[in-house]
Amino acid sequence: MPDLTHLLAAQVPLSWYLILSVILFVIGAAGFLIRRNIITVFMCIELMLNAVNLSFLSFSHQLKNLDGHIYSFFVMVVAAAEAAVGLAIILTVFKNRATLEIDEVSSLKL
Amino acid sequence: MHHLWLIPAFPLAGFLVNGIAGRKLPKALVNTFAIGSVLLSFLWVLKVLADLQPLEAAYTEHYFTWIRSGFVNVGFDFMVDRLTAVMLLVVTGIGLIIHIYSIGYMAHEHGYDRFFAFLNLFMFFMLVLVLAANYLVLFIGWEGVGLCSYLLIGFYYLKKSATDAGKKAFVVNRVGDLGFSLGMFLTLLTFGSLDFAAVFGKAQAEASALNPQTVTLICLLLLVGATGKSAQVPLYVWLPDAMEGPTPVSALIHAATMVTAGVYMVARSAPLYNLSPAAMEVVAIVGLITAVLSATIGMTQYDIKKVFAYSTVSQLGYMFLALGVGAYSAAVFHIMTHAFFKALLFLGAGSVIHALSGEQDLRMMGGLRSKIPVTFTVLLAAAVAIAGVPPFSGFHSKDAILLAAHAHAPWMFWVGVATAAMTAFYVFRAIFLCFFGTYRGDAHPHESPLVMTLPLGVLALLSLAGGYFNVPHYLAPLFGGEHAPHDETLVAASVAAGLAGIGVAWLFYVAAPGLPERLSQMLGGLYRLVYNKYYVDEIYDAVIVHPIRDGSRALLWGVVDARLVDGAVNGAGALARAAGAGLRQMQSGYIRRYAAWVVLGSVAIVAAAAFWGGMR
Repeated sequence: MPDLTHLLAAQVPLSWYLILSVILFVIGAAGFLIRRNIITVFMCIELMLNAVNLSFLSFSHQLKNLDGHIYSFFVMVVAAAEAAVGLAIILTVFKNRATLEIDEVSSLKL
Repeated sequence: MHHLWLIPAFPLAGFLVNGIAGRKLPKALVNTFAIGSVLLSFLWVLKVLADLQPLEAAYTEHYFTWIRSGFVNVGFDFMVDRLTAVMLLVVTGIGLIIHIYSIGYMAHEHGYDRFFAFLNLFMFFMLVLVLAANYLVLFIGWEGVGLCSYLLIGFYYLKKSATDAGKKAFVVNRVGDLGFSLGMFLTLLTFGSLDFAAVFGKAQAEASALNPQTVTLICLLLLVGATGKSAQVPLYVWLPDAMEGPTPVSALIHAATMVTAGVYMVARSAPLYNLSPAAMEVVAIVGLITAVLSATIGMTQYDIKKVFAYSTVSQLGYMFLALGVGAYSAAVFHIMTHAFFKALLFLGAGSVIHALSGEQDLRMMGGLRSKIPVTFTVLLAAAVAIAGVPPFSGFHSKDAILLAAHAHAPWMFWVGVATAAMTAFYVFRAIFLCFFGTYRGDAHPHESPLVMTLPLGVLALLSLAGGYFNVPHYLAPLFGGEHAPHDETLVAASVAAGLAGIGVAWLFYVAAPGLPERLSQMLGGLYRLVYNKYYVDEIYDAVIVHPIRDGSRALLWGVVDARLVDGAVNGAGALARAAGAGLRQMQSGYIRRYAAWVVLGSVAIVAAAAFWGGMR
């Protein structure tokens, strides 16, 4: 059986991974800007983070350098923490406002 | 090490204790700290001088390097030589006597602790001034005594005239200090040092290599500083007003010590002045003009302290005359004898004022001879001393000056003799108006307490016998032999002038009391001119003070401050507010809008980077 990773790298060029990463990131960003449900917005953030993770890992593989892996682990840890805090905020907002509409939560301004 | 720093450190400690805690301490403790510190200082001076005898070369102590930058290297150094020794004894000795006197004089005054704190602070700065081994350390003392002078002139700060007089003294001294500062800078540039030893050593070693004009300029700039501090023409106007302060202050600061700082400084700089005959001529002429001008004013004043104030200015003029004709040791001799008899005159006047519950007008006195006999006796001792009656102290120092002046230029001698006659006249005029005739006031005169009369007695002894401290001989190694030939006829002339002055005063104010009135009527305009002090204050007001004040108000305040400075500040504020008003529109509160800004911003940055090819 041939070496799978070697096969992948040989057959799928780096640009494809990057294009996939861009597509995922744009979907996330667009969803963030368009969708009004806080949960969906939140999921869009996760999508953007993972798009970035993908590009990190691709570069890491391409350049034979472990830095990208380390960064992506960092991103995962931060994302986990952010998920915990973010969901807690969302719960509190829902308890207080009885809504998950993001434009309803706009009192923090001058 | 002889620990010279202890000499000023004692009064500084006294100042700190009384200045910080004096208000809560009982009077006895305030006295102990104030007088004790000066006493310790005096005793330490005696010990140091005894250890250092015969003090033929200067003894220097280096404490730390104060400023080092490029070729500028200034140390915090103290130094004692024979000149310093005389000054140290005068300052601490007279200072101690006046401190003791102040216990009695200030007993009923508000702000007792404040008074002694300032007085101690003054002693500290004066001793720093005298001990300094370079111009910059001297300048610390110089400015410090000016500060204390200001604080003590304005001691009765509820009285407008007193605070005004304090400000006047401070401002006039600023003019002099500017000259002094410039003189120091030029010294530094010319000699590369501010240390007395280095500067004078170089001045003597390289006398021919120096540019005589530069030396003359340095000397004249230093003289400007000295005219400010020592109340010479044209900057003497602050001293008569300074009499607003309590009388012990007038005696200590404005007669015996601080005002002689200018004389001391010029005497200290003698090696520089010796290189510049032109500057010395200016010094002598400034001194002569001052001596004559203020003596004439002194003859017409009615405030007893003003009479003595103009007398001080006049005697300081004598000292400058001595400096100008190269008789430095005679000038220092006169500093010492003047400190004795002028401190005594002021303290005696204070005793009179004290006895009359604050009356200072000579026209409201008279016939006090029998009521306050001790004060009368000591004042008489001071009067014969200042009038130059042999063999009392003023005779010796004044003769040393006059003989030196004659050796330099005979006309200076004769002007000096005329001034001596006027000196004798105004002092005895004050004595006769105060103690002879009948009492014209309505207070109940009472003799001062022992704590005041005892210092007066000590000073009276010094005034009478102080001429036998042979200061010129002691200072001869420093200033070289400068003995003018002793000429009996000249001495007789000056003594005769003094006696004539006394005689005329007796005629005017005891024998024929109506005579001065008629004479002043006869002289009319001339008398009014002198009585109003030649209108110098009014001229200064019109020529200097008003133009500066009006110009400041119209231009500096009206245009520069109100328009330019305020405009710039207000403009900056308005700009920030307008920018904020625009930017706050972005703060909508809608998270998605913020996110849109972030996305747009990132896109813009990446686009710009790609466009200009900034990223590799």
